[in-house]
Amino acid sequence: MYKYDEYDQSIVDARVDEFRDQCRRRLSGELSEDQFKPLRLMNGLYLQLHAYMLRVAVPYGTLDSRQMRMLAHVARKYDRGYGHFTTRQNIQYNWIKLEDAADILAELATVEMHAIQTSGNCIRNISSDQFAGAAADEVTDPRPFAELLRQWSTFHPEFSYLPRKFKIAVIAADEDRAAMRLHDIGLQLLERDGVLGAKVFVGGGMGRTPMIAPEIKDFVPADQLMSYLEACLRVYNRYGRRDNIYKARIKILIHELGADKYRAEVEEEFAQVRQLGIDPPAAELARISAMFAAPAFAADDGAVADRSDPDFAVWLDQNVRAHKQPGHAIVTISLKPIGGIPGDASAEQIDVMADLAERYSFDELRVTHAQNIVLPHVRIADLKAVWEALVEAQLAEANLDLISDIIACPGLDYCALANARSIPLAQKIGQRFADLGRQRDLGELKLKISGCINACGHHHAGHIGILGVDRKGTENYQLLLGGSGAEDVSLGKITGPGFDEDGVVDAIERVTDTYVRIRETGERFVDTYRRVGMQPFKEAIYG
Amino acid sequence: MADAFEVDVIDDRAHLRFRDEAAHEEPAVTLDAFLADQSNATAVRVEPGDDARALIPLLDRIALVEVSFPTFRDGRGYSVARILREAGYTGELRAEGDVLVDQIPLMRRCGFDAFAPRAAVDPVVLKRSLERYDHVYQKAADGAAPVWKLRHG
Repeated sequence: MYKYDEYDQSIVDARVDEFRDQCRRRLSGELSEDQFKPLRLMNGLYLQLHAYMLRVAVPYGTLDSRQMRMLAHVARKYDRGYGHFTTRQNIQYNWIKLEDAADILAELATVEMHAIQTSGNCIRNISSDQFAGAAADEVTDPRPFAELLRQWSTFHPEFSYLPRKFKIAVIAADEDRAAMRLHDIGLQLLERDGVLGAKVFVGGGMGRTPMIAPEIKDFVPADQLMSYLEACLRVYNRYGRRDNIYKARIKILIHELGADKYRAEVEEEFAQVRQLGIDPPAAELARISAMFAAPAFAADDGAVADRSDPDFAVWLDQNVRAHKQPGHAIVTISLKPIGGIPGDASAEQIDVMADLAERYSFDELRVTHAQNIVLPHVRIADLKAVWEALVEAQLAEANLDLISDIIACPGLDYCALANARSIPLAQKIGQRFADLGRQRDLGELKLKISGCINACGHHHAGHIGILGVDRKGTENYQLLLGGSGAEDVSLGKITGPGFDEDGVVDAIERVTDTYVRIRETGERFVDTYRRVGMQPFKEAIYG
Repeated sequence: MADAFEVDVIDDRAHLRFRDEAAHEEPAVTLDAFLADQSNATAVRVEPGDDARALIPLLDRIALVEVSFPTFRDGRGYSVARILREAGYTGELRAEGDVLVDQIPLMRRCGFDAFAPRAAVDPVVLKRSLERYDHVYQKAADGAAPVWKLRHG
């Protein structure tokens, strides 16, 4: 885990002071709402339908028990006793008062946390693989790079008023657990001729114009990465469109220029920028990497989980993954109970997860982009005890990557932009497919719901995606099939005319019934879809 | 960062100046005019859509570059400043227009050393903003040592 030194702490403390001053000037009328807006957004403070929402950064989704307990404390003291984990590995609170916002930031700063750049037209929280440091397939732990990027992007003097928001993901494995190519910049770390560096993808994104990021550079050595990114961002800052908010993301620039022209512009800029000495020295990466050294794992005791309790066995099969260290396992805690709100956790549940991390997972937790929580380093011998505590806290849903493990945006229940509700629909779908045996028979099936075209619920990347729209004043849901945010990245296609809330649940069931009928051995839903195409599903839905 | 500034009133507008030299008062010509007619102008005004790189071969003739910010949301001028400073420009670099007090510390880091905000800036708030952060993470155009430099020398 990264630990702040005096410099990091002084920067975060100064930010609290700055934001307190900005709030004061807003409340006194010195700042207009129009002028205050970008300032509060760069501290994660949104004005929603009913109240302010505060989004707290969880850099690359990694946190310790002390920080997790602070999140519970904020939920209790300043919100209504719960928080909502987001698709950017952050947490947001939906019922915040403007007068409290600076105090919350001050409390967060005591545990090395902040809300810097969780919104606004700037470089957002860096996201990464939730299994970093635990997965056997990684070339290196991506988090030291993510931390370097966090520092580089924090109050970047040139890139704080970009045309639009800017999201960067870093992974270090071929299996993509972070939807890397659906980011403005996606970095895949790899080693070439003994040198660590990154393959750079630029111009992906979801929103109303979804695009898969093309490869812009096949390899940038680690010691030039900041200069290269600075060049990528500068070209965007200079040429990205500012005349139309819906065409302002970098994906549109690259689409309009073409990847080759963009690459050439970046190379020209890079030739200048790399001379400037803006890359931190190797010693800085080494300093950060040392803080992410593997914990002192116990020797493999040969423990095997006792599968005699069938509920425990199902959870093991569904929510527990192999760890690179023998004798250990990676546990994903589902925040998707049937009938619940995807990504929500109560203060009590957050505390339970913090306790479990402290006791069983070397004091580490991760937030996943699928809105779940990971205990990355659990001894196999401890899995039963962890599961029992999760059952007690109603956190033992064994549905990881199944149809009820739904990503959903807050939707019209909270969001000022939404056209339709997402949460009640997620609840209905969960209830329709409540039977865990049936879910497991359907296998891996990633279902994602957005309540408007901005796609915060990642519907384009769902094996099954749902997009809520407003049709003549009533909520209407379009169904998409065949998307993926993983290494087999693809964008879903709309099946046809939309449905009302109950109608879309029925349509999903016709889709899954069709899959069960025509699947070949070993095929996931998305594999079958790719083999047979839309037609059989369309016939089942509309026929 | 020695970041003292003076407030000068020029043409009824308060200018914030971080330079020792007096303000360059020759009116700025547009970039197109400057490039086209080989004028003897020594002051150029750069609009957000202009390619500031075109000035690089001519920097030794220029005493003032005025970068226009029609709206505070348009951040292109920050890159203009970086590009000119990286190319070695040492003359006055002035941000003009919708420049807000909370933006000035970042603009300083990009190399601006004079400001002509459309709406008056409270010098007390500005002074506090400029003094607030003891450390910065990036190497930029202001010469401030990034924390990685402080950590490793």
